[in-house]
Amino acid sequence: MTMDCVENRLLTSRRGLLLGGASFAAWAYLPKFARAADGRDPRLIVVILRGALDGLATVAPLGDPDYAGLHGSIALTRDGEHPALMLDSFFALHPSMPEFARMYRDKHAAVIHAVSTPYRDRSHFDGQDVLESGYAGPGRVQSGWLNRALEALPRGERVSSGLAVGPTTPLVLRGAAPTVGWAPVALPQADDDTAMRLVDLYRHRDPALASALSQGLQLEKAASGDDMKPKPGNAVAQMRLVAKGAAKLMAADDGPRIAALAFDGWDTHANEGGPVGRLAFLLGGLDGALAEFESGLGDRWRDTVVVVATEFGRTARINGTDGTDHGTGTIALLAGGAVKGGRVISDWPGLKLASLYEGRDVKPTTDLRAVIKGVLQDQFGLTDRVLAETVFPESASARPMKGLVV
Amino acid sequence: MARDSQAALVALNRFGFGARGGASGDFVNAASDPRGFVKAELGRPNGVLLEAPGLQSTPQLGQAVFEYQAQVKAAREAATKAGTPAETKPGEAKPGEAPPQAQSAPPPADQKPAARRNLSLNAVAMDIAGQSPEMKPGDVAAKSTDAMQPNAAPPPAAKPAPQPLNVIQKTFRAEALARLQRATLADCGFTERLVAFWSNHFCISASKGELARIWAGAFEREAIRPHVLGRFADMLNAVEQHPAMLFFLDNQQSLGPDSRAGQNRKRGLNENLAREIMELHTLGVNGGYTQEDVTSLARIITGWTFAGRQGRLGEPGNFVFNANAHQPGPQVLLGKTYDAAGLAQGEAALADIARHPSTANFIAGKFARHFVADDPPPALVARLRDVFVKTDGDLKALATALVDSNEAWTAPLTKMRSPYEFLVASGRLLARVPEDPGQYLNSLNLLGQPLWSPAGPNGFPDTNAAWAAPEGMKLRLDIAVQIGSRLGNNIDPLDLLEFAAADAASTETRRTIERAESRQQALALLLMSPELQRR
Repeated sequence: MTMDCVENRLLTSRRGLLLGGASFAAWAYLPKFARAADGRDPRLIVVILRGALDGLATVAPLGDPDYAGLHGSIALTRDGEHPALMLDSFFALHPSMPEFARMYRDKHAAVIHAVSTPYRDRSHFDGQDVLESGYAGPGRVQSGWLNRALEALPRGERVSSGLAVGPTTPLVLRGAAPTVGWAPVALPQADDDTAMRLVDLYRHRDPALASALSQGLQLEKAASGDDMKPKPGNAVAQMRLVAKGAAKLMAADDGPRIAALAFDGWDTHANEGGPVGRLAFLLGGLDGALAEFESGLGDRWRDTVVVVATEFGRTARINGTDGTDHGTGTIALLAGGAVKGGRVISDWPGLKLASLYEGRDVKPTTDLRAVIKGVLQDQFGLTDRVLAETVFPESASARPMKGLVV
Repeated sequence: MARDSQAALVALNRFGFGARGGASGDFVNAASDPRGFVKAELGRPNGVLLEAPGLQSTPQLGQAVFEYQAQVKAAREAATKAGTPAETKPGEAKPGEAPPQAQSAPPPADQKPAARRNLSLNAVAMDIAGQSPEMKPGDVAAKSTDAMQPNAAPPPAAKPAPQPLNVIQKTFRAEALARLQRATLADCGFTERLVAFWSNHFCISASKGELARIWAGAFEREAIRPHVLGRFADMLNAVEQHPAMLFFLDNQQSLGPDSRAGQNRKRGLNENLAREIMELHTLGVNGGYTQEDVTSLARIITGWTFAGRQGRLGEPGNFVFNANAHQPGPQVLLGKTYDAAGLAQGEAALADIARHPSTANFIAGKFARHFVADDPPPALVARLRDVFVKTDGDLKALATALVDSNEAWTAPLTKMRSPYEFLVASGRLLARVPEDPGQYLNSLNLLGQPLWSPAGPNGFPDTNAAWAAPEGMKLRLDIAVQIGSRLGNNIDPLDLLEFAAADAASTETRRTIERAESRQQALALLLMSPELQRR
C-alpha cells in the first residue's frame, strides 16, 4: 500500500492513549511525581507561542538608549496613555499584561531575556522543531523534550500522564510516554492572520477568490457584531478558555501534572501595534490564560511552574510596515507559585548595531535549554546527565540554570 | 521521460480527485504520460463497480426499512397500551446526519443548506460538535481525531451512551464510507468523477424519506456505476426503473386514469418523473417537447413501481410493472406513436428519447461544463455531441473524446472544486483513508453539498458562482483550518505542495506556505490555495 509511509508518519501517540485511557481512573499505572522530601506535588505547564514572539515589545528594555529608536512607532514608553509596567529600573512589561505584573510583584513570575534555542535560522517550522524536539537541529526526531522528561521520571503507584491541550499533541509532548488530550469543544475557526494571508495569496493569484473570501469574512464579522473590533478579541477568549479547562483537569488529585499547549498568531510582520493593537490583544490573551491557570489550579498553583516560550524572536528594528521580521533572541516567561520570581534574568547584550546578532536581532546570551533544564531539575529532580543526554541531547554545555524554583 | 507538470495538474485535478500524498508517485506518473494516466481507468470497466462487504441490494434494503418501520410501529402501540409516552425512534438524534423521516414529511432542517448557512459560525460549531461547550476530558480529543483519519478511537466510556444507529442510518454511513474510500484510493479518480457526475445528473435525494435514504447508495451502485462506461440508454433505463427514482419522483403513486386501479380510485396521473426525465435527464428544458409530451410520457410509464411491504406485486423492494396501474392504449410522444402495451411501451419511448438529438446536445454541454469550464468551448461541445450521436450514446467513447480533446488540456484551470471534490482531494493528499464518514458528512452539510441530498431533482449546481460564493469560501477556510489544526502537526507542508503540484505550483503559493506561522496554518493555506481549489 503506497500510503503506509505517510500514514505511519501521521500517527501520533494520541491514538494509543485514547484507546488505553478512557478516564482518569485508568491511569493508575502511570508515574507518580510527588516529591517525598518536602511533600510538594509539582506541576509544569509549557506554553508554546507559535509565530515568534517579539520579546522587545513584550518586555521592553526602556533603559537601553537604542531601544526607542529601533522599535520606533511601536515602542513602549514609561508614560503616555498606556504606560509600560516597570519591572525594574531597566525593563518594562507590556501594559496589556497586568496579571503577569502582579505575579511578578508577588515574586511568582520571572522573565528571561535575550534567550534563544540553539537554532539560528529563520524558518518557523524548523525553529519550532528545535524548540519542541529539544535537539540542536531541526527535523531529527518525532518526540519532544517534555515527553522524554516524563519518561525519565520515576514510576509510582498513582497518577498521571502528560496532558496535551488542543486538537493535536504538540511535538514537545509527543513520544513514548503516554499523554492524554483535551480541547474545548469548538470548531477551530480561521483567525484573522490566516485569513489575511490567504486573501493576500488570492489577490496575487486568483482575484475572484480574493473577492469572494473577503466578502465572506466581512459578512461573518458583521453577523457576529464585532465589525469594529479586531478579531484577536476572539483569540483572547479562546486562550482563556483553553487555560481554564487545562487548569481544571490539572487541579484534580489524580489529574495530569504536566501539560503542553500552543497559542498561535505571534508572527507580527505588519501592523504589530504598540501599547495597543494586534500584539497587545494577543498578550492580553496570554495574560488572561496565566490568570486562569492561577485561579483554576487553586492550592496547586503554589507547586506550579508555567514556562512560556517561542521559537525565536523578531528583528530589533521595525520594518516598513510597522511590524517586525523573523529574528533570533527573545524572551521566556516563568509564572507560578513555585517560581522564584520578581526578577528579569538577563545577560543583556545591548542594542547597539554592533551588539545585534547579524546586525538585526537581539543577540541571544542565554540558552533556553538551560532555563528549561533548571526548571525540570528543580521541579522533578531530573539529573544533569538525563537532562544533557536524554531530554536535551548534546546539551551538556547548557548547564541547568539554578534557583529558578522556590 | 518528459515531465509536463502543467499537464499533470490537469490530469489529476481536472479529470481526477487530485494527487495522493505519500509514496503514491501520482504527480510524477501523471506528468510522464498525462493522457495515459487519465485513460488507464477507462480500460477497467469492472473497476467502476462498487462492492464492499455488507452493502446490500435495493430489495434487501427495502425489506429492512419495512421491518424497521413495523418495529417502530409495534413499539409505539405497545407504549400506548402501557400508557407511557411513545419513545422516539432509536438513533434519531445522531449529529451530523439527518434522521430518517416519514415518507411525506418535509426534509429535516439540518439537511437544508440554506437554513444552515445563516447560522453564526459559533452556532455551526456547536451544531457540528453536537454538544454543549462544557469540558469533557477525552471526549473531544476522540472526536477531533475522528476526522479524515482511520484511527478514530472509540468514544470514552465516561460519555453517555449515544443512541444506537438505526438500520437506515447505518446503511447510509456504510454506503458513504464505501464511496469515500474508493475515491480516496483511486489512482486518478477519473471514473469516480464520472460516477459523481452521472449520479448528480440522475440524482435522487436522500432527504425524501426513509426509503430514499437507505437506497441512495444502492441506487448509485446499481443504476449508475454499471453504465458509466456503457451506454447512456442503458443507464437511463436502469435509473428510471430503479425503486429509488420511482419513489423520489413519485411514480409509484401515478395511476393511468383509465387503468383498472385508476378507475377504482380517486388518484390519477403524476407527471413528476415524466417531466424530469425530459427536462433534466435527457432532452433538456428547451429540448423541443411540449406539455402534451410530458403528459403522454407520464401515461406511458404508469405502472412503473416497486413492490411494497405486503409484496402483493412481487418481492418487496423490487422494481415491478403493475399492469393494473398502466394506462391502456397507444400514446403519441414527440410525434411518434407507441403501440406496444405494458412495460415495453415505456422502454421503447426511453430508448428513443435517449438517442434524440436534443439529448446529445444537452449531455455534451453538461459534460463539458462539468469538466472544462462554465462556458465550455463550443467546438468541444459540438465534438462531444457528434461522438454521442455517432456511437449511440457510448459513454466510454464520450469520456475518451473528452480526454483526447485539446481543449480539455489547454483551457485554464478555472473551475472551482465542489465541496465533495475539495474534501476528497484533501483526504487523498493527506493520505487519510477514511474509516468513519462522519466528518465528511458533517463538512458536506456545512458547505452546502449534503451527500446524495440535493435540494431539488436538478442536482447540485456545477458552476463557479455556486461554489466560490463568499459564505462558502469562508466556511471552506474554517474547515481547512480545522483539518490543519488536527493534522498539520506532523506534516511537512512543502512536501505536500510537492505531491500536489510540484513545480506547477505558483511562486506565491509556495512562498505563502513557506512563510506560514505554523505547520497547521501552512496546511490550511495549502488546502485553500488556488492549486487545490481550482481544477
